[in-house]
Amino acid sequence: MTPESPGTRLFDRPLRELGRAFLFLLTAISRMRFTRLQLAETLRQVYFAGVRSLVIIVTCGFFVGLVLTLQTYDTLTRFGAGDAVSTVLALSLFRELGPVLTALLFAGRAGTSITAEIGLMRATEQLDALDLMAIDPMERIVQPRLIAGMIAVPALVLIFNVTAIVGGVFFAVFLMGNDPVTFWSNMQASVELGRDFFGGMVKAVAFGFLAAWLAVWFGWSARPTSEGVALATTQTVIATAITVLILDFVLSAFML
Amino acid sequence: MTEAAIELHDVTVRLGGRTILENLNLVIPAGKVTAVMGPSGAGKTTVLRLVTGQIRPDSGEVRVGDTQVEKLDGKALNRFRREIGVLLQNGALFTDLTCFDNVALPLREHTDLPETLIRRLVLLKLQMVGLRGAAELYPRELSGGMNRRVATARAMALDPSIMLFDEPFAGLDPISLGVSLRLIRDINHALGITSIVITHDVDEVSELADQCAIIADRQAVATGTPSELTDSDNPLVRQFMQGLPDGPVPFHYPAQDLADDLLAMEKRR
Repeated sequence: MTPESPGTRLFDRPLRELGRAFLFLLTAISRMRFTRLQLAETLRQVYFAGVRSLVIIVTCGFFVGLVLTLQTYDTLTRFGAGDAVSTVLALSLFRELGPVLTALLFAGRAGTSITAEIGLMRATEQLDALDLMAIDPMERIVQPRLIAGMIAVPALVLIFNVTAIVGGVFFAVFLMGNDPVTFWSNMQASVELGRDFFGGMVKAVAFGFLAAWLAVWFGWSARPTSEGVALATTQTVIATAITVLILDFVLSAFML
Repeated sequence: MTEAAIELHDVTVRLGGRTILENLNLVIPAGKVTAVMGPSGAGKTTVLRLVTGQIRPDSGEVRVGDTQVEKLDGKALNRFRREIGVLLQNGALFTDLTCFDNVALPLREHTDLPETLIRRLVLLKLQMVGLRGAAELYPRELSGGMNRRVATARAMALDPSIMLFDEPFAGLDPISLGVSLRLIRDINHALGITSIVITHDVDEVSELADQCAIIADRQAVATGTPSELTDSDNPLVRQFMQGLPDGPVPFHYPAQDLADDLLAMEKRR
């Protein structure tokens, strides 16, 4: 491909951006420092990114559980397999829906907020101020948010799964009158702790890292204008949604 | 003769293909307030960024005391920056921290002092800028002028030997401006530090500065006391000090002749 060819134009910018994002990540990891101040800042970020996402996670989890049970129950009863609804619910949640939907919700709620915060810090010279005070912005701003994403997303996935199962129980047991013992025993019998539960948790950690990395990167590289910050937050959501779904396919292919 | 705290020798800086400074020579005396002035875009803030090591010159030498700044990197640069306090244009306080925590940040990061001692030091710094009572307030609860005073306290937290103020008077009301002027003067005199004030407020400079330097045409075109510069015969210096709309720095952005422009419009119709 010549430098001017359409193929070059199409791939050149995204590849350069990807390269810069990787270099940024490597720099952040290479300067990783574990001090009391870092720990306190990381916990604060877990609160901002995780605890403040609870409302959206609990609400969405409950309704995802409800609608998933409704749809599968309707289909399965046509084949006389209504009792298997808890199996389908649990496996879809633990393996796929829990980690993926939580990561997408996290990107929309916490990822955008991280991007906008760092973008505005750049625009208002707060990152320069850190640098001038001989405080590494990578240590103070980037690392706590990266680690917080890896802690918050798995915790949110657990909460999402629990509330979705509560939604499923509400529909199948309380509204449809299914036997609760059958519901729970089928779920217990079908879910493998290692492959299904921990497999989902591995995905959750990977998605949390990915979502936090992209959020921090787009904020860090945002143009220091209101338009630049707005563009960066949009890019965070789009890039996280696409890459989480691609990574989900790759991880699922390895785990099955 | 006063000892030099900062020296820039034959400094050339090119950014984005544009030459910002070319063979600039500037000496900042120790223990004095020096105002670096000049038209917008002349490269005043570039001088500040050179002194703090945020950018390196393409050629030339930036010397602060015995330290050659452009040769520093990593830990050495961080150690050097602890000796310098910088007040950025908008204060750049961290909006998620209270005023107290903003001032305490450099102390917590760079010292092992117990929290009780840090508390005392922070309150003393805030007292110095007259905002001890606002210690628990967030920056959003303060006016622009107050924000800059808290930022000054933060910049002073590690007792630097050099203070750099980037446009400290921009957008301030007359009362805040008077307070800022007095504050910079008092800090300089009380602590015997070297201060550089990047500004284009001529009236304020004449009250505050011991020495002035005017940056224009990519060089330091004049240096001297405020009264020497006011009496200068240099047309550029006179235009700047007297605030004349036209002169060596033109009022109009470069364009073709107005009549040609208007006629061209008529022809297009």
